[in-house]
Amino acid sequence: MTTATLEPVATARPRKRVDQARVIRSEWIKFWSVRSTVITLLVAVVLLIGFGLLASSMFGDGSEPGGPPGNEPTDPISASLTGTNFALLAFGTLGVLFMAGEYSTGMIRSSLAAVPKRLPMLWAKIAVFTVVVFTVALAASAIVFTAGQAIIGDGGASWSDPGVTRAVVGTAGLLTGSGLLGLGLGALLRSTPGAITTLFGVMFLLAMVAALLIPESWSDAVQYLPSEAGNAFTAVTQADGTLSPLAGLAVFGGYIAATVGAAAWRIKRSDV
Amino acid sequence: MIEVHDLTKRYGDQTAVDGLTFTVKPGIVTGFLGPNGAGKSTTMRMILGLDRPTAGTATVNGRPYEDHPDPLHQAGALLDAKAVHTGRSAYRHLHALAATTGIPKSRVDEVIDIVGLHQVARKRVGGFSLGMGQRLGIASALLGDPDVVILDEPTNGLDPEGVLWIRNLMRDLASQGRTVFVSSHLMSEMALTAEHLIVIGKGRMIADTSVSGFIETAANESVRVRSPHANALHDLITGPGTTVLSVDRGLFEVTGMSAEDIGDRAAAAGIPIHELTVVRPSLEEAFMELTKDAVEYQSTLIGEAR
Repeated sequence: MTTATLEPVATARPRKRVDQARVIRSEWIKFWSVRSTVITLLVAVVLLIGFGLLASSMFGDGSEPGGPPGNEPTDPISASLTGTNFALLAFGTLGVLFMAGEYSTGMIRSSLAAVPKRLPMLWAKIAVFTVVVFTVALAASAIVFTAGQAIIGDGGASWSDPGVTRAVVGTAGLLTGSGLLGLGLGALLRSTPGAITTLFGVMFLLAMVAALLIPESWSDAVQYLPSEAGNAFTAVTQADGTLSPLAGLAVFGGYIAATVGAAAWRIKRSDV
Repeated sequence: MIEVHDLTKRYGDQTAVDGLTFTVKPGIVTGFLGPNGAGKSTTMRMILGLDRPTAGTATVNGRPYEDHPDPLHQAGALLDAKAVHTGRSAYRHLHALAATTGIPKSRVDEVIDIVGLHQVARKRVGGFSLGMGQRLGIASALLGDPDVVILDEPTNGLDPEGVLWIRNLMRDLASQGRTVFVSSHLMSEMALTAEHLIVIGKGRMIADTSVSGFIETAANESVRVRSPHANALHDLITGPGTTVLSVDRGLFEVTGMSAEDIGDRAAAAGIPIHELTVVRPSLEEAFMELTKDAVEYQSTLIGEAR
């Protein structure tokens, strides 16, 4: 096709270094240039807003309350944020795709040849993911809360009510954190299906299974599971046997830190 | 410049690369040859810091690749045409890689033009043919305008025009003073492009030699002579150090004496010569001879296998 000539080495252009900001810019380009990540992000928003509006429209009108069976919202704030668990599936998947996609496609070899110190790539992915997902999730939560309360009308909550801001911001935090867990699992397991299955197992099934299997005297342990810790800082009213919002946030953050730490160790050490 | 010292890679009890030591010099194309499974790709990955060596060191321009602040400017590599996210366009793929080192977008356009992908640059890589994938891999190797270019089987999947293009590209790169290190399992391909050869088999060094040196040591040159006065000529050229093999009536194959020598002696004795040909075994034959003990996956004829 083309046989262009190259200029000699001697006249090479100015050379710049790899730094964290540049790697973040690279990951930013990567994030937005794959259709599946953008679609997953949109799906997450639609789920969060769609289910929230649906549950809000059914809240307090005498019909069966909306939301997942066994987990029907009991207050107007929870009703408007009913979509959280569904959006969590999508944001979690997004986190997994963003990282494990590098391994499943082989892109990781190109990425790490450009950033051979390796860890700047992980930090950059975390930074881009956190900023994008937290911003989007926060906007979506705020929108669905406001719109949901407008639908509920008289019995609805307002932004000035206690715990509302925490619930809305906490929801965005829970969704972002779940995505980061997915991202870390993606790097740790290097497999999209493996990481998605693990993430969903931990976030949705573990607490249920643990409640059935753990002896009565140990039942306090359940509240330290990731999903329960996450609920602790998003719920408006604290149920018995749950952590305080701050403790919940700390425990949930601890799981993220541990997963990301293990991922960093694996990325730094392993062959790609 | 690439320097590899005592480089070893083991996977469990399998030794993929076994104590390799060699230097790849700038300004020439160095071929890296060996049968499939010889450890070529593993060695190249270790040079780029993608695989961790079990023992030994590999440096690029005097330092381990990962210790360079500007790795893409030091070395560019095509290791695997599939090292691309299939959902991304060629342009965005290169743009994302370029961004890590602050390489401007203009350079992305430039390398896309160099490899001839401008018409498909905005299309998703998933739809690329193997040859287009190779071209994209080469574009990413050239992105940083690097001093060292490492290409693993670059001609895989390319059409003859593409193969010729790669050959010229490699020579161009070397003539600009760059270090060009290219692997292949085809000796004939390397003989056309490389000046120096590193031959490995089963992870071990077999030869580290110039191409002409390889041809000399690996292949015994012979001279085919045809003459109507075969017997007289036979007496004239027989002697210590020469072997004369009668191939057909009036036709010899002579080893150990040059064609000039044979021609001169025949002329002096007034013996007519009808044919005087220098015969070189094909490079592929020489290469196979050299690596026959080191072939990982030996094929057997169906009859032999029983």
